[in-house]
Amino acid sequence: MTGLRRLLAWLALPAALIGLTGCSGESEPRPLTVVGWGGSSQEAHRRAYWQSFTRATGIRLQEDTWHGGVGVIRTKVLGGDTSWDVVQVETEDLILGCEEGLFEPLEWSSLGGRDAFIPTAVHDCGVGAMLWSYLIGWDGDRIEGPGPRTWADFWDVERFPGRRGMRRTPKYTLEFALMADGVPASQVYPTLRTPAGIDRAFRKLDALKPNVVWWSSISQVPDLLGSGEVAMSVTSPGRLIVANRTEGRNFRVSWDGNIYAVDYWVILSNSPRKAEAAQLLRHMTLPENQMRLPQYIPTGLTSRRAGELIDPRLRLDTPSDPNNMTNALELDANFWVEYGDQLTQRFNAWLAH
Amino acid sequence: MPGSPIEPAAGRRRSGAKRGWTFALVAPLLLFLAIGFLAPVLLMMARGVTDHELATAWPLTAEALREWDGRGLPDDGLARILGTEMRASRQAATLNLVANRLNYDRVGSRSLVYATAAAIEEGAPAESVADLARIDPRWGEPAQWATMRHAAGPLTSFYLLASVDRRLNADGRIERVEPEQAVFVEILLRTFKISAVVALLCALLGYPVAYLLASLPARWANPLLILVLLPFWTSALVRTTAWVVLLQTEGVLNNLLLDVGLIEAPLALVYNRIGVYIAMTHVLLPFLVLPLYGVMKSIPAAEMRAASSLGATPAAAFLKVYFPQTVPGLAAGMIIVFTLALGYYITPALVGGGGDQMLSGSIAFYTNQTLNWGMAAALSLLLLLPLALMLFAGRYLVRTVPA
Repeated sequence: MTGLRRLLAWLALPAALIGLTGCSGESEPRPLTVVGWGGSSQEAHRRAYWQSFTRATGIRLQEDTWHGGVGVIRTKVLGGDTSWDVVQVETEDLILGCEEGLFEPLEWSSLGGRDAFIPTAVHDCGVGAMLWSYLIGWDGDRIEGPGPRTWADFWDVERFPGRRGMRRTPKYTLEFALMADGVPASQVYPTLRTPAGIDRAFRKLDALKPNVVWWSSISQVPDLLGSGEVAMSVTSPGRLIVANRTEGRNFRVSWDGNIYAVDYWVILSNSPRKAEAAQLLRHMTLPENQMRLPQYIPTGLTSRRAGELIDPRLRLDTPSDPNNMTNALELDANFWVEYGDQLTQRFNAWLAH
Repeated sequence: MPGSPIEPAAGRRRSGAKRGWTFALVAPLLLFLAIGFLAPVLLMMARGVTDHELATAWPLTAEALREWDGRGLPDDGLARILGTEMRASRQAATLNLVANRLNYDRVGSRSLVYATAAAIEEGAPAESVADLARIDPRWGEPAQWATMRHAAGPLTSFYLLASVDRRLNADGRIERVEPEQAVFVEILLRTFKISAVVALLCALLGYPVAYLLASLPARWANPLLILVLLPFWTSALVRTTAWVVLLQTEGVLNNLLLDVGLIEAPLALVYNRIGVYIAMTHVLLPFLVLPLYGVMKSIPAAEMRAASSLGATPAAAFLKVYFPQTVPGLAAGMIIVFTLALGYYITPALVGGGGDQMLSGSIAFYTNQTLNWGMAAALSLLLLLPLALMLFAGRYLVRTVPA
C-alpha cells in the first residue's frame, strides 16, 4: 500500500512539471504562419508565392498543413490558440466560418477590388486561391483508345469493365449520379433540392454500387488507378497530371461534366499578425505572381488579368480552359451546408445495405 | 494498515501527515487532469443535452416558445416577437446560430430563416402567423413551429434521440426516423463488433507471442520485444498504406497465392471488413502483448515443473496452473485493445468499404465538417456509456481471478 503510494507520488512529480511548463510557454513570438493542404499543392504555393514573398518583404513565413474541416478552426479560436494566420479553406468552411466570425472580413480595395477576380473567387471573408475540379480519371496504359467521356460512360460497366473509384461522401457522388442519369448540369441542384430528385440519385447509384471502391483521401487515387484496383475513378486532375510529369505515368482525364469549385485564402479573426497576413494575401493575388502557379500545379486562376495573360499551354489541363467547361457544374456549397447532415446520414445508411 | 484501531495515536498522526504530503504531490496531476481533461470533456458532452442557440439569438422568442402549449399553430403574439427578433438578429449577424440549429432538425430551415429575415428587413409585414406564411408557406405548418419549440432549450433531447435514430414528432411523441435515414444504431453496433473481433484476434495472435517472449532468455527476448514495439515507430498512416500494397487485387499477397496456384482468382482482401480486421489487429497487437508479457514474466517457471512432477500432462499443467494466472494480463490487454479500437476511424476509412465505417468517423464529420457539435457530443456520449459499463465489467473480471 505505502509502496504504491510512494510510486504514485514519484509519478506525479514529472507530470506536474510538464503541466506547469506546458501552461507557461506561450508568449514566444512566431513567424507569420500559412496553412495549406500539403502535398503537391502546398509545394506549388511555396514555389510560386511564399519564397518570393519572403524575398520581397523580408517577412519570414512558417508553414503548416491541414485537411480541412472548419471545426478545427472553431476549436482554435474558442480555445484561444493563435498559432495560425492565413489558411486555405473550402467553400463550406468559408461560409460557416465567416458566419461565425472565425475569419477576418477582407479589405477588398487593397486586393485590387472585387472586379479584379472571377465572381466565384470573391467573398466577404475570403479571396479565391485556386480553381480545381472533380472529374473522371483513368490509366491510359490500362484502358486503350479514347476511353470514357461522360458520366454515363462511367456508369457503363459493360463497355468499360472494372471497378470504379468514388469519394466516400454524398457530395460530388450524388451530382455525378444525376448527370449519369441524364440530368443536365444546370438542373442538378434544383433536382437534388426535391425529395424525388434525391431518390433518383440514390437509385442511379444502386446500379453502380457493387462496382465501386470508395476512397476517403484524394491521395489514394493515383495508387488505386496505377495498381489496377479500379479501372477509372473520380479524381482531381492535379495529382494525376503531376504524376504524368514526374513519374512518367500515362493517366488521362475527361473534363465533360466536371464539378469545379474554388478554394479560398482567409485570415483568422484571432491572428496576431493581421497586417502581415493581408500583405501575404495581396502578394498571392497579384496577377504577375498568380501566373507562376500553373507551372507547378495545373489549376485555374482566380485573378482575371492572370487568366488573360497566362500561356495557353499552361491552361490546357485546368478549369480555366473554355474547352474543359463542357457541361461543367459549379459546386453549390450553400446546398451542401444545408443538406450535408441529412444526406451524409442517408448516404452512410445506404452504403451499409 | 494506517488508521486501524490498534495503531497508537502518534502513528496515526504521522501517517495522516504522510497522506497529506502524498496528496500534495499528486494534487498537481489531479488538477491538471481536471482542467485539461475532465472539464473540456464535460463541457463538450453538455452540448449534447443543452440547446442555447435559439435562446441566445432570439431570447424573447425562446421564452414565448417555452410557454406555448405546442399544439397546432402558435398565436400571433409569438409571430410578432419572432418577426422583431429575426430582424434584430439579422443586423447583429447572429442569424446563423438559429438557422443552423433549426436545419439540423428540419432540413431547409436554414434558407427559410435567412430568406424570411431578409424579407422582413425589406419591409414585408410580420405581425401574425399568416403574415409569415405569406413570406414562406412553411411558417403555416405546425411541424415548423414544433421544430422551433424543440430548440427553445435550455435542455434538449433532440441530439440524444437523433443519435439512436429517433426524434420527437409534431405531437411531442418519440418516433423512429425514416428507414433510409436510420444509421447510428447500426454504426454503433458495428463499432462494438469490429472492436470485439479485433480484441479477440489480438488475443489469439498475441498470446503465443507473449508466451514465447516470456519463456526465452533475456538475450533473445529483448530483441524480439523490440520487434513487437517496432510498429509504434511508424506512423499509422504508413502502416495502413503498406497493408493496402500487400492486400490489393494485384498486390503482393494475391500475386503470390496466384503464382503458387492456391487460388484461381484474386481474393478481395482490402476495401472490405477483412482489410479492417487485418490492419487494426496489426496496429493494436502490441497493446495486448505488453501487459500479457508482464504478467507471464512474473509466473515462476518452477510452478509448471512442480505440476509435471505431480503427474500433470503438459496440457493439464498449462490449463490448470499457467493459463489461469495469465487471465488478468489477457483481460487487461483485451480491454486496452477493445477500448482503443472503439475510437478508430482513419484505418477503417483507408482500408474499409462503405459498410465498415465506425462511429468516430461520424463524430469527426459533425465536429469538423458541419460544426454540429451537439450531434458530435451525443454520439460521443453514446460511445462513452457502454464503454464505462465495460470498464466496470473488466474490473470485476480481473478481480475475481485468483492471484
